[in-house]
Amino acid sequence: MQFAVLMGFVLAASSPLLNRWFGERTSLLLALFPALLAGWLFSQAPLVLSDGPQLLEWSWVPSLGISLSFLLDGLSLLFGLLITVIGTCVLVYAGGYLKGHQDIARFHLALVAFMASMLGLVLADGLLTLFIFWELTSITSYLLIGFNHTDIEARKSARQGLFVTVAGGLALMAGLVLLGIASGSWSLSEILQSDDDLRQHALYAPMLICLLLGAFTKSAQFPFHFWLPNAMAAPTPVSAYLHSATMVKAGIYLLARLQPELGGTAMWVTILSVVGATTMLTGAFLAIHHTNIKKLLAYSTIMALGTLTMLLGIGSEYAMTAFVTFLLAHSMYKGALFMVAGILDHETGTKDVTAMGGLRSVMPVTAVIAFVAALSLAGVPPLFGFIGKELMLEAALGAERVQLLLVLFAFLAAILTIAVAAIIALRPFYGARHETPQIPHEAPLSMLIGPGLLAFGSLALGLAPAVLGADALLTSAATAVAGETLPVSLSLWYGVNVALIMSVVSLIFGFLLFKRWDSVRAQLARLAPVMRHGPEAGYEGLMNGVVRFSEWQTRLLQNGYMRNYILVMLVVLIALIGNSILLRHSPQLALSLDVRFHEVIVVGTMAMGALFATISRSRLGAVVSVGIMGFSIALIFILFSAPDLGITQLLVETMTVILLVLVLFRLPRFSNLSTNLERIRDGAVAATMGVLIFLLIITAWSIDQFESISTYMVENSAPLAYGRNIVNVILVDYRALDTLGEMFVLALAAIGVIAMLKLRHGETEGKATDSDKASVKEPYDG
Amino acid sequence: MVKSGTIILNTAARFLMPLQLMFSVFLLLRGHDEPGGGFIAGLVAAGAFTLYLFAFGVSATKEVLRMVDPRDLIGAGLFFGMISVVPAWFMGQPFLTAQWWTIPVIDFKASTPLIFDIGVYLAVLGSVMGMVMALMEVDKDEP
Repeated sequence: MQFAVLMGFVLAASSPLLNRWFGERTSLLLALFPALLAGWLFSQAPLVLSDGPQLLEWSWVPSLGISLSFLLDGLSLLFGLLITVIGTCVLVYAGGYLKGHQDIARFHLALVAFMASMLGLVLADGLLTLFIFWELTSITSYLLIGFNHTDIEARKSARQGLFVTVAGGLALMAGLVLLGIASGSWSLSEILQSDDDLRQHALYAPMLICLLLGAFTKSAQFPFHFWLPNAMAAPTPVSAYLHSATMVKAGIYLLARLQPELGGTAMWVTILSVVGATTMLTGAFLAIHHTNIKKLLAYSTIMALGTLTMLLGIGSEYAMTAFVTFLLAHSMYKGALFMVAGILDHETGTKDVTAMGGLRSVMPVTAVIAFVAALSLAGVPPLFGFIGKELMLEAALGAERVQLLLVLFAFLAAILTIAVAAIIALRPFYGARHETPQIPHEAPLSMLIGPGLLAFGSLALGLAPAVLGADALLTSAATAVAGETLPVSLSLWYGVNVALIMSVVSLIFGFLLFKRWDSVRAQLARLAPVMRHGPEAGYEGLMNGVVRFSEWQTRLLQNGYMRNYILVMLVVLIALIGNSILLRHSPQLALSLDVRFHEVIVVGTMAMGALFATISRSRLGAVVSVGIMGFSIALIFILFSAPDLGITQLLVETMTVILLVLVLFRLPRFSNLSTNLERIRDGAVAATMGVLIFLLIITAWSIDQFESISTYMVENSAPLAYGRNIVNVILVDYRALDTLGEMFVLALAAIGVIAMLKLRHGETEGKATDSDKASVKEPYDG
Repeated sequence: MVKSGTIILNTAARFLMPLQLMFSVFLLLRGHDEPGGGFIAGLVAAGAFTLYLFAFGVSATKEVLRMVDPRDLIGAGLFFGMISVVPAWFMGQPFLTAQWWTIPVIDFKASTPLIFDIGVYLAVLGSVMGMVMALMEVDKDEP
């Protein structure tokens, strides 16, 4: 499985090549990947259902206890199947939707990478693994929302989505670290199996708040919901996949995953129920403001995400059953509806439902698919969505806390959702024909298979949940969420009860609302001035504040003068090192004067070089004297029999002198810019730094905190690492990971230098250097 | 522009560069047992090209490099560094565990640390050459 997920990333990376080879068939080819994975997951299902959670271990860095382990239980199986099955549909669909698009390779790359990240996220067993995949989904989502990168709105929306989810990701990381500390384990399966009650732990409240922030931002809960409708700037296959069926459910997944260990407290129940119910109503209410079909669907997705959070908050057995059922139902019909929206947009050239009408006769298949999926959204029997809604209402009725609020909100949201469903299913397809920007045709087969499959899946699962294995799958998922065995047995008919009556009443009201939608919308338009002060305004204000702050601090600390940078860095270093040395250690001057004559000569040469470099009035002279210092250091290395270090030092010194000589040509004439006072200040800072470094070396030398590992390295380098040169063995074997990191640092630094030089190069070639001068502001000294 | 034009430097550079490059490969290969290694060898190779650069200028050096952009060398270096990580996975060991193979005929020790060191060599060579050539190119346009 790990291999499959990693293969996903390899496949993503090779998609440009595949596109070159296979052209338009690439989408179908790539769709094989999730299809095969779905097959594998199906084949594992009986094992998970009979034997319980499967742990697929793959050791990564065993000495640090880091492993790439995957946990396959009912919950991750359900999510994994959603990701792979809907992923297959979406890839096939995208092949038709983006047919002939010049950047389709980039689209495939990001989408397949997202798919692999999302699978990793729901399968991860390690907390940190989960976090890494979590962030990967944020990044790939950013790339996908901003796919049409020439559109400024798309870029802005992509950035907004990224900032909101990544800010939440930071909180999530803090929450996961707290969870790891509190439970003493970094593996989800161990945490879930342990007997410790984390609810009593002192860190419970901060941990829960951090985790909830992460989950709420990702899953677009109120007041972070605003990024999701904006994310509709993405191509429709992306909206269908990421922003309805999978990624936005990652937060919900995390909550469901942790529910057995953290759920059930007053804090959990209150926050989740209230936030969930508020999100549910906000989403449903804001939906009917919009005539853009994708925005309608986006707000209705927010409503569904709120419902799922609320159900997790309620936490009763009914709520857990409702949670898994609603999750499955929603992913299916919402995925189908988004793809229908894409077909409408693709064929008519508009997203505005009021501009469409009477399309039933030209697009009969699309109309049927839309109708079936919308029935499921509205919760009309015998569709699967009906079972989900019924259970949801039942769970709200049985809530222990804030029951009245939940029932009221759920009822109102149900009415509004039915109106939304009717708008999407009826408005474009019935009534009089409108002129649309393009003449509509029935969509190609590739675009109909995906939504058709999902829509009729909703119908089939509603008619025969037990036969098709939904009962077994959902039992296993609900068991994972509840933490104890919870048999699920779905049926369309639970007898006449309050929930059914509410359902029927909401259907009537919802349909009336649909009939009067145009006038209701006109009334709602008057609310616009109030709506402008929503959470999104807060986000904008915050972002502007951050930009202003960074402008201010850049002007203060990074004004473009090297001397200023060095001053700031040295002062900070002095504060940090001085603080640590003076407070924690008392340096002892235990000097022995057992030095050789030639050592004194070398050190004296270095001191002379340093002195001359500071007082020299010629740049070349200063460079040469700094060079003398460097070569003397090399000499010291050789004197203390470290030939490798000596050679390295010599070569580095040579290259430094060459680079400096090249740079010298470009510098302005040597002149004296500092006042005497500034020179005294700089001198004092430099002298303090020198003294501190001296103290640091003395302290480090006199304190023996750890046993030296050099003997181990010397003894083992030949027998274990097959090398006699210990320096090299350390670099490429013992500490190869550090070297690998340094290689990347070196590469980044080189690319940075090249980029800056080329950028200046380009500027001088093109426009005049006026802009160049203007960009370097001169706050003080000329 | 830095171009010496002296006969001695030009002639010396022409002969020294191949020698320096061979020496750098020698340093790279023997690095595991004797003083040397990828970093040092990379710097020596960069020194060789820089000498040539000083003697003959940017465009002549580019011809010598034969269409190989130093920036590509950086990428190639990182690539070698990364793939040397992988073989341990297939042996069921934690990643980065060194693997050793002996090539029978020439009795040469091939290993992932050597691949890794080649990566270091290329990354160092590419980085230094990239910076030096970028600097030289900027100089060329100065009046």
